[in-house]
Amino acid sequence: MMLVWLIVIPLVAGMLAWLTARWSTQLPRWISLAAAVLDLVLTLVLWMRSGSAVAAGAATVWFAEVDWTWVPRFGIHFHLGVDGLSLLMLGLTCVLGLMSVLCSWTEIREQVGFFHFNLMWMLAGIAGVFLALDLFLFYFAWELMLIPMYFLIAIWGHERRIYAAIKFLLFTQLSGLLMLIAILALYFMHYQTTGVYTFQYGDLLGAQLTPEAERWIMLGFVLAFAVKLPVVPLHTWLSDAHSEAPTAGSVILAGLLLKTGAYGLLRFVLPLFPHAAHEVTPVALVLAVLGIAYGAVMAFAQTDLKRLVAYTSVSHLGFVLLGIFSWNPFGLQGAVMTMICHGLSTGALFILVGALQERTHTRDMDRMGGLWITVPRFSGAALFFALASLGLPGLGDFVGEFLVLLGAYQLSVGITVVAALGILASTLYALRMVQRVFHGENTQRWQLQDLSPREALIIAPMIAALLWLGLYPQPILNTFAPAMHNLLREANLPAVVWQKR
Amino acid sequence: MTRADCITLLPLILIAGTSMLVMLAIAFTRNHTLAARLTVAGLLAAFMSVLAVTPYVPRHVTALLIMDRYALFYMGVIIASAVTVAVLSYSYFEQQEGHCEELYVLLSIATLGCLVLVASSHLMSSFLGLEILSVSLYAMIAYLKERKQSLEAGIKYLVLGAASSAFLLFGMALIYAELGTMEFSQVAAASAVQSRLALLLPGIVLIITGIGFKLAVVPFHLWTPDVYEGAPAPVTAFIATVSKTAIFALLLRVLHQPGVHQSRTLFAVFAIIAVASMLAGNLLALLQTNVKRILAYSSIAHFGYMLVAFVAGGTMAVEAVTFYLVAYTVTTLGAFGVVTVLSGSSRDADRLDDYQGLFWRRPLMAGIFTVMLLSLAGIPATMGFLAKFYVLAAGASATQWSLILILVTTSTIGLYYYLRILVALYSTSSEGEPSVQPVARVSGFVLAVLTAFLLWFGLYPAPLLDMIQRHAVPSVAEILTPESGKLSLHIGSGGVSLPASGEARR
Repeated sequence: MMLVWLIVIPLVAGMLAWLTARWSTQLPRWISLAAAVLDLVLTLVLWMRSGSAVAAGAATVWFAEVDWTWVPRFGIHFHLGVDGLSLLMLGLTCVLGLMSVLCSWTEIREQVGFFHFNLMWMLAGIAGVFLALDLFLFYFAWELMLIPMYFLIAIWGHERRIYAAIKFLLFTQLSGLLMLIAILALYFMHYQTTGVYTFQYGDLLGAQLTPEAERWIMLGFVLAFAVKLPVVPLHTWLSDAHSEAPTAGSVILAGLLLKTGAYGLLRFVLPLFPHAAHEVTPVALVLAVLGIAYGAVMAFAQTDLKRLVAYTSVSHLGFVLLGIFSWNPFGLQGAVMTMICHGLSTGALFILVGALQERTHTRDMDRMGGLWITVPRFSGAALFFALASLGLPGLGDFVGEFLVLLGAYQLSVGITVVAALGILASTLYALRMVQRVFHGENTQRWQLQDLSPREALIIAPMIAALLWLGLYPQPILNTFAPAMHNLLREANLPAVVWQKR
Repeated sequence: MTRADCITLLPLILIAGTSMLVMLAIAFTRNHTLAARLTVAGLLAAFMSVLAVTPYVPRHVTALLIMDRYALFYMGVIIASAVTVAVLSYSYFEQQEGHCEELYVLLSIATLGCLVLVASSHLMSSFLGLEILSVSLYAMIAYLKERKQSLEAGIKYLVLGAASSAFLLFGMALIYAELGTMEFSQVAAASAVQSRLALLLPGIVLIITGIGFKLAVVPFHLWTPDVYEGAPAPVTAFIATVSKTAIFALLLRVLHQPGVHQSRTLFAVFAIIAVASMLAGNLLALLQTNVKRILAYSSIAHFGYMLVAFVAGGTMAVEAVTFYLVAYTVTTLGAFGVVTVLSGSSRDADRLDDYQGLFWRRPLMAGIFTVMLLSLAGIPATMGFLAKFYVLAAGASATQWSLILILVTTSTIGLYYYLRILVALYSTSSEGEPSVQPVARVSGFVLAVLTAFLLWFGLYPAPLLDMIQRHAVPSVAEILTPESGKLSLHIGSGGVSLPASGEARR
């Protein structure tokens, strides 16, 4: 029942925020804040319970489940479940949701109620994606989170917001519909072999598919997830959407929406189509490395701060893809660590860039420089997250990327070498950004306000979290472990693959 | 005609009576409110009678009409939509100059024609129904005779409609000449047994042409945008929903006759029409700047989607099309309802500019329009999504992969022009003068009900699906092909029982 609350609370809060906006512009913010905090608390309670469940050696991987019949005609269930992987993603959702409410506190001045309505409904949709164990429900939530995002970009975005919003929606919608066809194909093929109409994840895991059918169906899923992730040739929506979205939109896009793609690969593609997924491994690895390199090079070439951070996402999510298709515990753990740490560090960078834009009304690096003198605390925070992003040991991102490289090394040394070079490139773009924005001469004579208490309140926990993840990542890995073993079992043990090679 | 026949025909009789009553009332006193109230009351009474006669069906009333659950289901949908149109017309025509009472007479006669269509089991009665409908529509479209566009639309619809009726009639004559019967069941049976009769195929092709005109599927769609644009907004709503629903219901009944499914040529023709409609509808809509024209092209595309399910065949197809029709009707009524409500006395609110920044001026209307557009685009939490899902499921179950891939691609293109309207609705740089006229309370209420309906069944469709599964299959199929009934039962129980699924796997 707690899982339902996780979704219902933001939905209700969104409605309330919209309704109360007519009386006060502050009320929607407080309502959303309360909802985000409440969700975070619920997730922490779940996490604590899950810890004891793992310690007790629970038989099932699902810590909590809700299963209601929804549309009997098609055998559709309202089935939510949470395992280690969903739990971690849920935690990230709540944290970033909270941060995005806080970082919009002064940025959004128009239509505050409708803004928070969209924000809350999007968070509900994302939580639904991470919790759904029925493929129809998953698709439902998958699509539902896009519309609020569209509105966030199209109404509160920057100069080219309409173009960016439409591009974002068309890309994700087309790939989503292809996934729907794949889901339906899986559904009917499962029916043909078993005589049961069901969208349940647990049932479909055992679907008997011909190799050809498996390949086609997997392609439908992979396309949807690859657009979200994004895998390089399908990434063009990302830089536009990120740079035009308001700060909260960018934070959620980079921190959460991209992760839904990675989550989809982990949750659905690997276990449902193990054979076909093994077949495409070489392609996936090459695309992953391509993404790492391409993202880094593009980030280096940007002068727009938001676009720069957007391209670093392409690079980091390349590591996630690499980790996922390494087919071993190191790779998977690294992928999940990178997902979480990238969410925090990039989210924080977007918040800082947004705050900077609020002060200077520009995102152009050429017009900045020497800001360290006028905003020292702000600059220090930015340096910290830039270092986290380039993978400095001791901070969370390093652990993730290191584990990914460890996993990939077992598969292919060449790939690993190129990926490691990507880390080097990330040093270049991150330091260049810090150099050009905060060091040098203050040519424009900026006199800006340093971090406000509210901003410090956002930034400090994220610094703490990244340090914690970098120095003691074991709790995260422990939470993920049962889910990971289950996943590797469903997706054929990697040992089997090894023997083949 | 026995007494039982008369009872089963009660919905038709009541609506015919309503039109007479309104006509007489107009003769005594010209009063817009009275005419509208009488019409709505008569339609509501007819709706009640649909529920009341349910125990007496299925029943053949003469050779012409069959009153079965399928017919009753569609009658319910049609009458409910007609009530909505009547209410919307009231607030719309209240602003217009000149007499507007006769519109309600025409409206009830047109509704009567639709009822005849969905209940007909004979080519002759279907032709009668179609003509009753079309002739009233000619007058309804050109009702605002001060407006040139309205007159042009009326003439266009008249000429093309008459031509399509001629095609239809000629096709029927050929079939009669070949088979000596015009009853659907016998035509279907005969065509299944003796295929390749010289006159039968031309006859069927001519009939498809005629029906295609009325449904506005490509390549018979050329009149649609002009008529949609020229007709008064509530009348456009009627053409787009009630009349098309009735005709599609008829088509569904004919093609559900046993024997028809064996005709591969026929279904190939429909597949081509479906693809052409999806492509042309969605692509041409991209070029429009007029909201009514955009909705016209979008309706062409939507009938293309429906034909995909239709071509897929099987029991699921009938359900899918029925659900799609209901969703489409509710959504389109809502969309045109918003257009109606925003229209002034001099012209309809049909330019994209009229909607610039509507959200900041009238959040409620813009919100309703948003929901309608999202439903047309097939976004979850609306009926439009489930409808599309149903159609895709029907297509996938028949392994029509290429058709559903085209559906998916074209509907993504379609999303773009819905987004264009949405962008206008929410654009912050609003130059458009704030429109002054307040929304009539009844229209607002009707729109709110439609929105609630759309969202409720979008989130919890089980009751409606259940109802469609039980009622909306043409009775002929129930009698002659018991397997179809069994199949649906099997589907119903298979999905629910999870333990059973586990056993099956073991």
